[in-house]
Amino acid sequence: MALRELSSLEKYLGLKKPNKYSTQGDKKIPVLQNNNGPPLVGLVTIACHLVKEAKRPELLGDSAESRAVVQQWLEHRVTKLDGCTKEDMKTILKDLNLYLQDKVYLAGNQFTLADVFIYCGVHPLIVDLAVQEKEQYVNVTRWFDHIQHHLGLKHHLPPVVVLRNRIYTSRHH
Amino acid sequence: MKLFVSEGNPHCLKVLAALQVSGVQCDVQYVNHDERVVPFLSRPALPALLLPSGLHLFSSNAICRYLFEVSGQDCSELCGQWLEWEATDLQPVLLQALHTAVLQGKGSEVSQVLKGSLNHLEQSLSKGNTPYLTGDAVSVADVVLWAALYPVLSDSSLALDERKCVKTWFDRGAATQSLQSAAQKVLQGKGLQGMKNYMQRQPAPQSSQCRDTQPCNSSPAEGEESERLVSEEEMAAAALTWSTGLSDGPSATNRQHPILPKEGKRNLLVTSALPYVNNVPHLGNIIGCVLSTDVFCRYGRLRDWNVLFVCGTDEYGTATENKAREEGLTPQEICDKYHAIHASIYKWFQIDFDYFGRTTTVKQKEIAQNIFWRLHEHGFLVEDTVEQLRCENCQRFLADRFVEGICPRCNYPEARGDQCDKCGHLINAVELREPQCKVCRQTPVIRSSKHLFLDLPKLESQLELWLNKSTSTGDWTANAKQITRSWLRDGLKPRCITRDLQWGIPVPHPDFKEKVFYVWFDAPIGYLSITANYTDKWEKWWKNPDQVELYNFMAKDNVPFHSVVFPCSLLGAQDNYTLVSHLVATEYLNYEDTKFSKSRGVGVFGDMAKDTGIPSDVWRFYLLYVRPEGQDSAFSWTDMATKNNSELLNNLGNFINRAGMFVTKFFDGCVPAMDLQQEDKKLLALVGWELQRYIQLMDKVKIRDALKHILNISRHGNQYIQVNEPWKKIKGGDTERQRAGTVTGVSVNIACLLSVMLFPYMPTVSQTIRDQLNAPESCMSTMLQGTGTFVCTLCTGHRIGAVSPLFQKLEVDQIEALKKRFGGQQVLDVYDA
Repeated sequence: MALRELSSLEKYLGLKKPNKYSTQGDKKIPVLQNNNGPPLVGLVTIACHLVKEAKRPELLGDSAESRAVVQQWLEHRVTKLDGCTKEDMKTILKDLNLYLQDKVYLAGNQFTLADVFIYCGVHPLIVDLAVQEKEQYVNVTRWFDHIQHHLGLKHHLPPVVVLRNRIYTSRHH
Repeated sequence: MKLFVSEGNPHCLKVLAALQVSGVQCDVQYVNHDERVVPFLSRPALPALLLPSGLHLFSSNAICRYLFEVSGQDCSELCGQWLEWEATDLQPVLLQALHTAVLQGKGSEVSQVLKGSLNHLEQSLSKGNTPYLTGDAVSVADVVLWAALYPVLSDSSLALDERKCVKTWFDRGAATQSLQSAAQKVLQGKGLQGMKNYMQRQPAPQSSQCRDTQPCNSSPAEGEESERLVSEEEMAAAALTWSTGLSDGPSATNRQHPILPKEGKRNLLVTSALPYVNNVPHLGNIIGCVLSTDVFCRYGRLRDWNVLFVCGTDEYGTATENKAREEGLTPQEICDKYHAIHASIYKWFQIDFDYFGRTTTVKQKEIAQNIFWRLHEHGFLVEDTVEQLRCENCQRFLADRFVEGICPRCNYPEARGDQCDKCGHLINAVELREPQCKVCRQTPVIRSSKHLFLDLPKLESQLELWLNKSTSTGDWTANAKQITRSWLRDGLKPRCITRDLQWGIPVPHPDFKEKVFYVWFDAPIGYLSITANYTDKWEKWWKNPDQVELYNFMAKDNVPFHSVVFPCSLLGAQDNYTLVSHLVATEYLNYEDTKFSKSRGVGVFGDMAKDTGIPSDVWRFYLLYVRPEGQDSAFSWTDMATKNNSELLNNLGNFINRAGMFVTKFFDGCVPAMDLQQEDKKLLALVGWELQRYIQLMDKVKIRDALKHILNISRHGNQYIQVNEPWKKIKGGDTERQRAGTVTGVSVNIACLLSVMLFPYMPTVSQTIRDQLNAPESCMSTMLQGTGTFVCTLCTGHRIGAVSPLFQKLEVDQIEALKKRFGGQQVLDVYDA
């Protein structure tokens, strides 16, 4: 899973030569053999490395603050999202929904790697949401639809249909 | 900028230490553990940093990174890697260790829990041979890891043993003023016990090995890739079953009408909610009712159950009366015309009714009036004067659907006179606020009229007795049970069963001469009369609860009538009527990003589907793929194209076609010899398991889920061919050619199995596959017996027919054009690529 995500990221970044990855441990942590030194271990670490390799540092944030925010969401993905239970899922979506109320992207006004990571992380949750639930988490759904359009065909995850019209406007459904 | 910390919270050690090391100016505020400082997080998260811009950081590592960066110290890649390791690997075990040490007092177990992490640290430090984690200088990684480990490592009961490098490195950190001061502030000199309060508020950590709840965001593709482990016994059993071959059972396709209950067989009486004759059905109506029923019935016949599938058009009521007036025809002529339209639409969708009738028959009148009299005799009817809305302008009492107003319960402005579309509750037209006659928009007046009511409260205890038994033993869908329960909870009231109209079944009682039965009273009786028109032995089905299982299929809005009102009518009539055993209700199917609407020209309505050039089976497949079972779903053109291209063409079609092509091209059109190796037996076992699951699910009417197993089988098949490369091996030596033969032979047999499993969903495709493979008819009855028997149906030497592709690709421009055509006035393209 992590390997497919990294290969999608390479495509998105326009990196010509795909890297060779391996995994370690039961959790299948991705490993990248680095010509210039010891291997890089970890999804976040490798992804940040790819961004630098592609010379797109703005994807990690363009100020100290936004860089910290991006790192925070990347960490959130690999600690709280991956392997969460169904009960956790509702809380995660609820919090994310509140967070995204006044933001276009996770780091504010700029598309960053954080958006890609969280998009991949919540994709399996969003895919299973009913129409009512998608409307309940209206900000997450808006952001999600935006990101999936932005990534377009350069990503391996199938698009999710997001309805434009609110069907359920009353609370008790 | 403000840093929020709480005492006794080990995560605060990091940030306080980092603050001091970096020398950044920042206010620090101490708060309680349950303080929700970060506004968008449901659970309290501390420490937290309020940034100058107003954003919050709730990750302690991110806070430390930020502080270091602001003071001019960047985080290198190696540094970042340590931070990632700390968050994903160290923290979980640390939490467990702290939990054990602080709350359970088991200090000795801590070293066991931390063993792996400490070893990793030891290895890295000794290999790198630098004083600090990333080199010769202190980095944010050192501060974070020192602080994280401080609570456990500073406790004397934990010995670092031979981990010399870790000890040396850690001691350096422990000696720093910043760490000591941070520790003092957080632990207040109380060591591990200083964290007791905090730890008590944390959820008990789960050992990462034993999570029973499947993590909900493991990608579904992963579930498919990780293969089920197949045991030796399973492989041997599968191979044995395979070798038993076809049984001589009766052919599943011979049907003798009239179908009547048989002794010793499972007798299923299956109905689909009668569509109202006046409305052309749209895709949602079709999947909700007839298509779902058809799939189940086709399946049931293959399982050798004795199935009778009846349905028909519901024809009485004012809508027809009004339509007749509009079109200048008699109501009967309208019904004739539209009944034919319904019949042809369902025929195109290949709905295999045993009988498709209508409610405007003599039998309907007889049976309805008979039930009426019996209810009257047994005292279950009460008379009352009803206030009804009468439109003086149109000179008639307004039927429910001809009054529109504001729902008294939820204020929805377009509530109809019998049911509110929005909140779903049944109402009486006179309860509507600001009612209007739908035809002329005048305000109707209230007039009194005598009517008869079915005394539901009097029948309530009988109903509940029966309901408890039926819902607990039968396969009722969850929504059906829930809707019924809430109806009962609201309390049953007498329901009016008569109306002041002309087009309907006349009430035979002399005091109610000018009235007819309310359509919802007589409509379900339609099931009985339609059966009576099919066979005069209809009572063998309808008055035979011991031998017959009744399945009612419908969309959820029809549930209360089928689970409460109609059963009450039948119970009150006291004539040993067969009541519903299994109530299957679907949710709603939406259309793209909105709802189906004939008036606005939005959505695909029954007769339009065949003009799209997309075959009936593909429509069936897609509608069943998105069947709204547990929740509403949406029809999407793009999704239909995607599913057609990926599942039908690339998965199913590709496998079946390749298997057949290999037989034709490499083996002269005859199935070659098959010498089963372990790998083949494993595949047989896997396929057999999918078949088992398919049967388990279909038996319980889980139509949508069962479909996935068919697709899984062909996925296994494709993989099997991919791995074995028969097109290459056929050019090799004897052993290789033998292998190619086995793989090809097994593959066509799987294709034959697929054709049987597909039959309920795509009957034409199923027949085509069997024609192409020249499959013996008995394959249909053999493989779905019992819990599923995957046998070798096409033996060595069997000659197959001509093979050709089963499916066509749906192209983007074709789909775009269709979307525009059915989108109403304005179509928004969801994928503006």
